[in-house]
Amino acid sequence: MTSSRSAVMFALALLAPALIYILIIVAYPLFDTVVLSFTNAALRPTYDFVGWANYERIFGAGNFTEVILRTFIWTFFSVATKMIIGTLGATLLNAAIPGQSVFRILTMPPWIVPMAIGIFMWGWMYNGQFGMISGILQNTGIIDKPWPILAYGDSAFWATIVTDVWIGVPMVTIYMLAAMQSIPKDLYEAAWTDGAGRFYRFRRITLPLLVPALLTMSLLSLIATFNSFDIIWILTQGGPSGSTTTMIIDTYKTAMGSRKYGEGAARAVVICIFVSLFCIVYFRAVRKLSQGEAK
Amino acid sequence: MSDVARTTEVAAVDSPAAVKPAYKVRKRSVKAMIDRYKWYEIVLIYAGMALFLFFILAPFIEGFLVSLKPLSQLFSTPYNFIPENGSFEAYFTMWQSVPMLALYIFNSFFISTVVTLIVIAVVVPASYAFARFQFSGSGMMLGGFLAVNMFSGAVLLIPLFRLMRSMGLLNTYWAMIVPGAAFLIPSSIWLLRTYMLRIPRELDEAAWVDGASRLYTLRRVVLPLAMPGIVVVAIMTFIGAYAQQFIFALTFNSKSEFMPLPIGLFAFFGKQEVIWNELMAASFVGILPVMVVIVFLQRYLVAGLTAGAVKQ
Repeated sequence: MTSSRSAVMFALALLAPALIYILIIVAYPLFDTVVLSFTNAALRPTYDFVGWANYERIFGAGNFTEVILRTFIWTFFSVATKMIIGTLGATLLNAAIPGQSVFRILTMPPWIVPMAIGIFMWGWMYNGQFGMISGILQNTGIIDKPWPILAYGDSAFWATIVTDVWIGVPMVTIYMLAAMQSIPKDLYEAAWTDGAGRFYRFRRITLPLLVPALLTMSLLSLIATFNSFDIIWILTQGGPSGSTTTMIIDTYKTAMGSRKYGEGAARAVVICIFVSLFCIVYFRAVRKLSQGEAK
Repeated sequence: MSDVARTTEVAAVDSPAAVKPAYKVRKRSVKAMIDRYKWYEIVLIYAGMALFLFFILAPFIEGFLVSLKPLSQLFSTPYNFIPENGSFEAYFTMWQSVPMLALYIFNSFFISTVVTLIVIAVVVPASYAFARFQFSGSGMMLGGFLAVNMFSGAVLLIPLFRLMRSMGLLNTYWAMIVPGAAFLIPSSIWLLRTYMLRIPRELDEAAWVDGASRLYTLRRVVLPLAMPGIVVVAIMTFIGAYAQQFIFALTFNSKSEFMPLPIGLFAFFGKQEVIWNELMAASFVGILPVMVVIVFLQRYLVAGLTAGAVKQ
């Protein structure tokens, strides 16, 4: 039944709508981005091919390598913090204590709620004159004058990371929780019978068996974080003076702000190359891990 | 085969068989003892949980309290966490300050609903094909769909903008619906495929032996069985579509009558003098539907959010 020709035709017919949709809305634009990156396309209807000029310009300008570096630092700290907080949160949620199910629900809002709205709330918390963070720090005497967090480059950089962590933590938590729950209970019972303490069980059973999940989640989180746009755009629009301009923000500004489609496309292609590399690592890791499981 | 084995196993666990209780009691007592915490462990766990949930919920708590505070208190120092003579006034005045608020909320719902319908229509046949038929390139194709997830819409904005313009969709609902749905299709296919893999293949084969056509089998045998899975995927898609209305709506639509809530409020947020208590009130009205969904459907949510991620 599965291998006959008509079965394959039927399967392809079922796949056709999804396939055509993705080809038109994702695959073709991806191809078009590469083509446009070699042109001087802008708002005017016609454009010419200019070879590598766009790439020469963006790499020659000097600040692009700075943007790439900043993106990687931003992504690294965000992903690392998400993984640490998420794993700790999952460990706590996995403990058999009263109120467990309520706590699980309370973990989800940042993930489920419209992202932009959560970010508005952070925007208020970061307000220097009247916001919560600056306000509490002043009330407790840690700082003595208002601290407009988003107005300084350094603090804005870290503030956007904190908000990104806040949005990403629920997903990591729920995922790691599911991974912890898929660990066979017998292992814990056997270890317990042999007199292993709680911390020992965590270190010797939970953590080793969690490594595959930690790895896949880090990579997924890395890709999502690398592409993060909404948070920075709403909070700082890449400012002040470019201190939160990541590659995505940079591309958006070039393409949609200055309407330099050709140059914007070239910047987008650089992002795509990085994302493709991450993808390859991810797929390899997943394949390796599932092979390991089969043994 | 293994699927059937698993179903019978599940059935055995669920059925109150005569032999079971004794085994279950022993199991439960080990479990109860293993999960017994010392008092300081309990304190530590609850303290950690409180800290963790404070980080997660602080913006919501603060946002809600802000929505209750009168502007005069908001813009005063020193900072005061608790509202003095707080009221729900902002929830009434916001409709005047943001005259199109109701329309924005409607737009958000409308866009998410249409996106969900499109995704379900496209994803159900595709995931059935991936779950049941082996053909050359099916693994590659499945991987390809997954790779779509890795590229955010932001990267493809320029060609998408040109595509929308040439299709004449700019500044319509479709400019937000069409690309929005595209980026929700891949994960939905993975989710539903995982679910459909659990439906015993023998059922299809039995229908086939009885002379049912493939389409008939899909419609009358598989679809009813996959319904719970389809519902989960629909909920996930709706929430995803509702949560991610930003970049396409920001770039492809400039008509305020089509704006979804986040963009409508973003214009309000960007003003020089932000009326924060009303902005927060409007935000809470906007997230209320999702909050209700979380509370009532959280069991399905956890299943939906993690399926396809943990084991294939």
